[in-house]
Amino acid sequence: MDNILAQSVFAVVCVVSLSALYFWLSNAALTALGGDVASWPTYVRPWLFAGPALLFLSLFLIYPTLQSVFLSLHERMPGRTLEFVAFQNYRDMLGQPKFTEALRNNLFWLVVVPALSTALGLVIAQLTDRLRWRTFAQSMIFAPMAISLVGASVIWKFVYEFRSIDLSQIGLLNAVVVFFGGQPQTWLFMPFWNNFFLMVVLIWIQTGFAMVILSAALRGVPEDTIEAAIIDGANPWQVFFRIRLPQVSSTIIVVWTTITCLVLKIFDVVFAMTNGEGGTQVLANYMWSQFTRANDWGIASAAAIVLVLMVMPIMLWNIFGNRQ
Amino acid sequence: MSHASRLRQTNPAVALVVFMLVVLWTLPTLGLLVTSFRSKEQIAISSWWQAPFPTEANQIFRTDAFAISEPTLTGYESQERPYAVVGAVFRAGQSGTVKSWGISSRAPTAFSPGTRQDLPGGEQLLVTADGRFVISSAEPITWRRGQRIFVTATMRPTFTFENYKRALFDPGQVDGMLKGLIGTASVAIPSTIIPIMIAAFAAYALAWMRLPGRTFLLGLIVALLVVPIQLAFIPVLQLLNAIGLGKSYVSLLMAHTGFGLPLAIYLLYNYISRLPAELIQSARVEGANDFQIFTRLVLPLSVPALASFAIFQFLWTWNDLMVARVFFIGSMGENTVMTSELVELLGSRGGNWEILATSAFISMIIPLIVFFALQRYLVRGLLAGSLK
Repeated sequence: MDNILAQSVFAVVCVVSLSALYFWLSNAALTALGGDVASWPTYVRPWLFAGPALLFLSLFLIYPTLQSVFLSLHERMPGRTLEFVAFQNYRDMLGQPKFTEALRNNLFWLVVVPALSTALGLVIAQLTDRLRWRTFAQSMIFAPMAISLVGASVIWKFVYEFRSIDLSQIGLLNAVVVFFGGQPQTWLFMPFWNNFFLMVVLIWIQTGFAMVILSAALRGVPEDTIEAAIIDGANPWQVFFRIRLPQVSSTIIVVWTTITCLVLKIFDVVFAMTNGEGGTQVLANYMWSQFTRANDWGIASAAAIVLVLMVMPIMLWNIFGNRQ
Repeated sequence: MSHASRLRQTNPAVALVVFMLVVLWTLPTLGLLVTSFRSKEQIAISSWWQAPFPTEANQIFRTDAFAISEPTLTGYESQERPYAVVGAVFRAGQSGTVKSWGISSRAPTAFSPGTRQDLPGGEQLLVTADGRFVISSAEPITWRRGQRIFVTATMRPTFTFENYKRALFDPGQVDGMLKGLIGTASVAIPSTIIPIMIAAFAAYALAWMRLPGRTFLLGLIVALLVVPIQLAFIPVLQLLNAIGLGKSYVSLLMAHTGFGLPLAIYLLYNYISRLPAELIQSARVEGANDFQIFTRLVLPLSVPALASFAIFQFLWTWNDLMVARVFFIGSMGENTVMTSELVELLGSRGGNWEILATSAFISMIIPLIVFFALQRYLVRGLLAGSLK
């Protein structure tokens, strides 16, 4: 163990100082070569500064996007050769029941999770707005955000834990059900509804995010518009729905899209809790199983492209629509 | 002012609803936390919300085999019964109050604590209310097998650090959390520092230097913000295999850097580009070059934005499972991170909640500390990232 620890500390120090050294040395070299009087360093220096970032973005995001399109149109043949198969991978994928199941579930996630997280976040933001212990309440609801999705999966798997009726229940949900006279259930294998029990994990995490952003937006609504409404005799419901809500609508859209983006790529929760069994497959996990278990690069790339196509509207809206 | 103070008043019904929501949000985590301090036996008998209260338990205890050939001085022997054995019917670390006891399965609650009962071999057995047993005899005792004692007792709640000791310091590292902890930390720390460094330089270049095509580059970065990283797995792995890095520590750091950069540049650009232009102009007039302006002026001024992104990236890399599995964790098991260990445990020890709960908490404790200590910066970063 000590050995691993020493190696790790050494590796961390090495890697971090190497990257710092690049910026320091390249700048020193530039100054030594041209001095600050010459004009060419002013043209080169921006590229020295931005160079590593552009290199990483190209290698890890731009090249892979193009290469994925390429791979999705090819089939890997024995002997490391690729054969052009046009859209055969996409056709094969559409023929697989697991893919259609994943697509259906992803759409289901896409509707439920952003809607519930945003709505709950908005309600909690409004309810906590005037509380004296607002910071505490918001911290506690925001805290799941710090937990890994795998950790959250362990937490919720324990909540859903099933034991037969003659034993005392140790899972919170089944204990409540049994307390009210029901039968304990294996929630994660309950057809159709198990998807919902997986979504709860993400809603539990994302509500805090929605709440924090919307709380800031609600506090930004000018007090005088609210006071004017109160003087005019508006009740609290009218103040909320007629005055505050319309003024934070753009923030609601931002929160909704951010969570939508995240939900599209949902992987860890499904991977850790059911691994797509029992009708809970989603696209990212489908892509994963094609990539690791089936080792089919063509179909895995095609699935990744489907993911990109699904975020494309949000991407375009980010670049063009959101600017005004 | 009057309105402001009126708005401050809290409706008790609202406070109650919020309180219940807070409880609802905290209970799942609390359940796992309590479970991590309980023994396997306790978890099997009762639920975590019963843990702080005394529980009634029926236990079967069997004494060790023993042989007593000399008169003893246990304090329980008498003139006519000088040979005695004393022990405890509860497991180490547990305590409780005996309500009744017995020596046969047909009558497990036959006797009350504090009474002496004759055993078939002529010895006498005494079980006290605080859980001690005494076997005393007039002659030397030679028993090959122990004596069974049925005990019904009210057990006092007990908690243990045993699970944590086992998960972290078990020499065999069966559950491997210490290795995972070192792995996660040695990945998360550089994966936070390196992208910040690279992104800060790039953000400064985009904001304050003459970089041809900067509008295009900014648009590209915004577009890359939402690209699913799944897309990069196969092509990048192909590339890394081709240059001989394959699945390795360096591969993972590079992947985290690449995937973290769009958000890093975006957040830092938003901040750095809004610094007052006069400040940078006057530094230029005084003859400072861009490297000096960046390191001595812009970097110190950007600490809040740097902190915001650092927290994001730290939480993301610490909690990551997918990227580590693709670029770091090979089939040989020499590299590992905690999230991956946790997924393995979920598969192999699905019902062993004492191990799962403890391992999960070991993986959560650092991010939770970071979260509660630096929440302010995290919120600021979220607001900067999502509101324009």
